[in-house]
Amino acid sequence: MATVTHSKKACAVNPLKMSAPIGAALAFLGLDKCMPLMHGSQGCTAFGLVLFVRHFRETIPLQTTAMNEVTTILGGLDNLEQAIVNIHTRANPQVIGICSTGLTETKGEDVDGYLRLIRKRHPELAETELVYVATPDYQGAFQDGWGKAVTRIVTTICEPRPRTAWQVNVLPGCHMTVADIEEIREIIESFGLYPIIAPDLSGSLDGHIPETFLPTTLGGASVEKIRSMGGSAVTIAIGEQMRWAAEALQEKTGVPFRLFDRLTGLEANDEFLQFLSELSKDEIPVKYRRQRSQLVDAMLDGHFYCGGKKVAIGAEPDLLWQIASLLTEMGCEIEAAVTTTHSVVLERMPAEEVLIGDLEDLEQRAAGCDLLITHSHGRQAAERLEMPFLRMGIPMFDRLGAAHKLSVGYRGTRDLIFEIGNIFLDNVHENRPDSWPLPVNDGNEYAQAETHH
Amino acid sequence: MSALSSKVEAVFNEPGCNVNQGKSDKERKKGCAKPLTPGAAAGGCAFDGAKIALQPIVDVAHLVHGPIACEGNSWDNRHAASSGPKLYRTGFTTDIGDLDVVYGGEKRLFRAIREIIEKYDPPAVFVYQTCVTAMIGDDIEAVCKAAAAKFGKPVIPVNSPGFAGSKNLGNKLGGEALLDYVVGTQEPEFTTPYDINIYGEYNLAGELWQVQPLFDALGIRVLANISGDARYADVARSHRARAAMMVCSKALINIARKMEERYGIPYFEGSFYGISDTSESLRSIARLLVQQGAPQELLVRTESLIAREEARAWASIEPYRARLSGKRVLLITGGVKSWSVVSALQEIGIEVMGTSTKKSTREDKERIKEIMGDESHMFDDLPPREMYKILKNSEADIMLSGGRSQFVALKAKTPWMDINQERHHAFAGYEGMVELMKQIDRLLYNPIWTQVRRPAPWELDGEGLDVRGEAG
Repeated sequence: MATVTHSKKACAVNPLKMSAPIGAALAFLGLDKCMPLMHGSQGCTAFGLVLFVRHFRETIPLQTTAMNEVTTILGGLDNLEQAIVNIHTRANPQVIGICSTGLTETKGEDVDGYLRLIRKRHPELAETELVYVATPDYQGAFQDGWGKAVTRIVTTICEPRPRTAWQVNVLPGCHMTVADIEEIREIIESFGLYPIIAPDLSGSLDGHIPETFLPTTLGGASVEKIRSMGGSAVTIAIGEQMRWAAEALQEKTGVPFRLFDRLTGLEANDEFLQFLSELSKDEIPVKYRRQRSQLVDAMLDGHFYCGGKKVAIGAEPDLLWQIASLLTEMGCEIEAAVTTTHSVVLERMPAEEVLIGDLEDLEQRAAGCDLLITHSHGRQAAERLEMPFLRMGIPMFDRLGAAHKLSVGYRGTRDLIFEIGNIFLDNVHENRPDSWPLPVNDGNEYAQAETHH
Repeated sequence: MSALSSKVEAVFNEPGCNVNQGKSDKERKKGCAKPLTPGAAAGGCAFDGAKIALQPIVDVAHLVHGPIACEGNSWDNRHAASSGPKLYRTGFTTDIGDLDVVYGGEKRLFRAIREIIEKYDPPAVFVYQTCVTAMIGDDIEAVCKAAAAKFGKPVIPVNSPGFAGSKNLGNKLGGEALLDYVVGTQEPEFTTPYDINIYGEYNLAGELWQVQPLFDALGIRVLANISGDARYADVARSHRARAAMMVCSKALINIARKMEERYGIPYFEGSFYGISDTSESLRSIARLLVQQGAPQELLVRTESLIAREEARAWASIEPYRARLSGKRVLLITGGVKSWSVVSALQEIGIEVMGTSTKKSTREDKERIKEIMGDESHMFDDLPPREMYKILKNSEADIMLSGGRSQFVALKAKTPWMDINQERHHAFAGYEGMVELMKQIDRLLYNPIWTQVRRPAPWELDGEGLDVRGEAG
């Protein structure tokens, strides 16, 4: 439905996009006892670290191979080897997730070859999974990095296993928050199914207070569980960004997959629950029949305020699809849609145009809208536009509880409708004595006619 | 030798730095940066450092030439405050893609500069080099020169790609860009015998404004603060100052030393953290100005201002003394902040049970030792796990550190206060110390601590939350 265009500018102003390597690093942060390692200069890691610390308000384990000018030219084998050995000695993680960067990709490092060599030289690493994903900074965006990393995680760790009928894999996109993942888990479990979720940020970055301090991630999908994904009945992929990973898992283990491009909205959730019901041969639990009913009621109550409203959204493709679809279903018009990278969902978007661009583009296109939706970096634009602003996506550094923002399932959709509806309610257009002036010419005509009498 | 490596070598060979001068020729060649350990390193890169040093110049456009990571992952994330223009908070990047990597990014950079000038018309554009664009051989100096000629506006190359080294080196390389291209390119409308420069003050959370009224009261004019709340023209005219103060330890020592060499502007190293440090800094400024020809009476006026403001500060702090005296602080920060904050805390009877000296120079360490009496409480490197242990064992009542380690304290259910660049509270000058005490007091005495430390009624001794990834 939408025309996909690319910004023609040479200079991105107020970036919406973040880099693929840190998207990959976040995927690794959803694995238990893991240390993500970025193969690049130490700044590549430091920026990602600060970003995640501010978003999640949690300690973030993230390491660097600390490349410098000389090692970049000579090749990064030594740095990678030292980094892996040091991490193993100091933190002994079960997984080291290695992401390349623009620096090492421009040089053209053969990291797969390096890793074979390092394995040979260091038998002590036999118990440590080394997962490598190529993520040059100058290709794609955050969600691409996440998708690539999950693909490499499942192809490196999973193995074919005998099937267990009630075991289900879940591959969530990076737009799923901790709360979203918890909700999905709860829904699946209520059908008597056993979900294995990978990556699982709800285990590692949900803000719990552990009794010990570990230098690695603490909680999340364990290697053992990921390995057993090869024995699941089916894989549920959430968001188009997870298609590759789901396909790769199918290819390696034969587990078929079903992709849900979103889990926000009435119809989307009907499909999801219907699928689970068929899979488990269980009825839809009463709890969800009730929640569905609440959502329908929320839509009825909310549509008065959402109908005809113009909204500008800046988000990564899958998140954009999720929000834009719901808002369109509620009667809003997507006046401006700006995103970060290519995806098959872009052309399906309920908007005239989807622009792969930045927040300057969004700000220009948002003029006259009733609501601006994007991540926290939209705050300056919202202020200049004097426009109501809803923060969605990563980073959300100026709000508490970013990880616990729920927008999937019947319940999550209901609450999102309330949140957005309330913003519109707060900004209801008030009528004034001069709200309905007559056209200027006509008024003058009558005035003159009267004086002539 | 490339322009960058000769620049790096020159910065390393800093004659103004007495640590450097204490080294042998061979040692000096190695540079002052400690080699980074792969897999055990933390901290920003040289690009980050250059950006920290220069981004607080508020009216110029800061354009990052590189892939999205360098700007997209980090923009608008500091609280260097501006009293006017907001352009420094706009993120500009060439966001280069694979085609640029193959064919070179110089043309895109040139067009990007043009777009910025056409749309935003800033007094200058600063162009930051990054690793990838340095590797593919983009000559930002040449592009900036061509753009400056074409558009009739200063376009300043900042050659400090991430892989050149640490954040600290980047601070200095940022300073070099100012020295090479900005300082001395404009003349102030008038000068006074009371004109000073400040180097290395970034106006985080508006800290400059905590000391500015002191200068105003004395009739001292800050010709250029490099770089917090600075305008491009301030920096361009800074060569006419009579004296200067260098804060933030050695971050911009190259600016301080070269400004002295080139323009005869004497400087001293001082700090606005702590009451006595603030007074000492004011005295030093007055002394230097008088030495440079300002009327002698400035010294008298300075002393009476100090007496008045110290008394006012102590009076405001007094209510906190009984509540804070004897409290134990674990202080994790680098450089100048370590010793100046230590002395500030001790002034009110707070006990500093430990401090990190990871980023401190040898001189900083000497000062800390002097202030703390011995070095038993100095940690060169305190890994988070050890930090956690100290806090968990209640060996400290509060931790003061940067944002990254805050969760080590919070997970140990210990009060924590931000004293690094992401902080929202301003702690400079006399007012800042009152604010510091107020904040520490507020955190220490928050009622949540008794609540959050209570185990749930069903929790057995020491048995807490199971880790979900394993159990569920």
